[in-house]
Amino acid sequence: MIKRLFIFAAIILFGLMVLPLVTRIAPFTELTPLAAKYVGAEAHELGAANLVTAVVVTYRGLDTLGEVTVLFAATAGVGFLLRSRTKKDSSIADAETQAVEAGVQAADPESAVPVEVEVEADRRGSGASGAAATRRPAPLSELLSSASVVLFPLVLMFGAYIFIHGHLTPGGGFQGGVVIASGFALLMAADASRTLNHGVLLLVESLSGAAYVVLGLLGLVLAAGFLDTTFLPFGKLGQVFSAGAIPVIYSFVGLKVGSELTNILESLRK
Amino acid sequence: MLMVTILGFILLGIGLWGMLTRRNIIKIIIGFSIMDTGVHLIIVSIGYLAGRTAPILDSAVSPAQAVQKVVDPIPSALVLTAIVIGLAVTALMLSYAVQMHKTRGSLQIDDYRAPTKKQGAA
Amino acid sequence: MSSIEIFIIPIGLFMIAGALIALYQKSLVAAIIVSGVVSLVASVIYVMLAAPDVAMTEAAIGSALTTVVFLYALGRIRKQGGSEND
Repeated sequence: MIKRLFIFAAIILFGLMVLPLVTRIAPFTELTPLAAKYVGAEAHELGAANLVTAVVVTYRGLDTLGEVTVLFAATAGVGFLLRSRTKKDSSIADAETQAVEAGVQAADPESAVPVEVEVEADRRGSGASGAAATRRPAPLSELLSSASVVLFPLVLMFGAYIFIHGHLTPGGGFQGGVVIASGFALLMAADASRTLNHGVLLLVESLSGAAYVVLGLLGLVLAAGFLDTTFLPFGKLGQVFSAGAIPVIYSFVGLKVGSELTNILESLRK
Repeated sequence: MLMVTILGFILLGIGLWGMLTRRNIIKIIIGFSIMDTGVHLIIVSIGYLAGRTAPILDSAVSPAQAVQKVVDPIPSALVLTAIVIGLAVTALMLSYAVQMHKTRGSLQIDDYRAPTKKQGAA
Repeated sequence: MSSIEIFIIPIGLFMIAGALIALYQKSLVAAIIVSGVVSLVASVIYVMLAAPDVAMTEAAIGSALTTVVFLYALGRIRKQGGSEND
């Protein structure tokens, strides 16, 4: 009872806290001075057509570096918490699980009981090959598994297009990376027994992160400061090879975000 | 727009209430995700100016008239990173929930009380 | 109120109802999917607020990746012997 009273009081106080914000807020009619400075000077200084990209990569570049670091820490945390134990531990855990929940129909792909697996395959009704179903579970849906073969390269290409053109059209590194991770999620959903190569993912992630910092240092050496992107030529506004080093930096950010999110999905899946 | 700001605050309140009152760990994490969505709505709605367009320089908006015609790009840039970080933190919380469930086999937070002095090993 | 802002009211009510349903549902899978729908509708609001980058990111992360992450975690919990109901 006391706890409910406290929770109620907390919500009421929270409402009182935001009430002055809501009553006094007046919609802006002009850009704030900082935004006016960024928007006005951006075409001269940076040459990118997408203003949000210019703000994320250059004007607020240190925030993006911090975000990349936080993502790396979160991925490392998830990978550490869900690391696979030794084979002995996992087989003991499997035996215990099967003993405890006798009534629950838990499908355990690692269990070496072919009869159970075949019953699962029949129940799902998929027309996949029966010979492969003795050692691995049958693919969940034939439509999904055959469509993912065609769709996966297209989704990857679309993700790469988004982060390469991040300085021209809405998009950029984060969106492209997320689309790439969605492509891998499609691949994982189509075939439950496919494992991705953790080593390659970690390699791509670390190299992209290192390349991002190296490009920032190049800006320090060749141009005005850390993460200054003006050391590559500007080109014409609206072309792919323009805006200095912004597309290069954002491509590396896109690769890093994509491989990190795929790593998170892969750690969580098994 | 003011209405989107109010909607964001309501979602923030609903998420907070959900995190405080629900007993299932997964529900608490869903409440956190709803709070996240609310906060991002608040931030982006503050950067909106009436009657203006997206901050992209193309044939419709030339660099010279950009200051009069585009919406504030800074809140969009802040929320971009915040959304991705929100996903990473949600994944981390879920992995904690999975490990907690492995130790005691229950998803209710009532079963995770620290032992009091009477119940602890003597 | 301009014509676009009229649409915010039904969308907002839908989002609030979705958030309440997601927190009240007994079945965890349904709650997860409804919270994904709330994020997807938020991306529509971002398009109305003239922020296309944020709309793309929210649509991809909020509706697709967050739901997938939740469901994978739930699958792991089920494999460890938990039930998916409250």
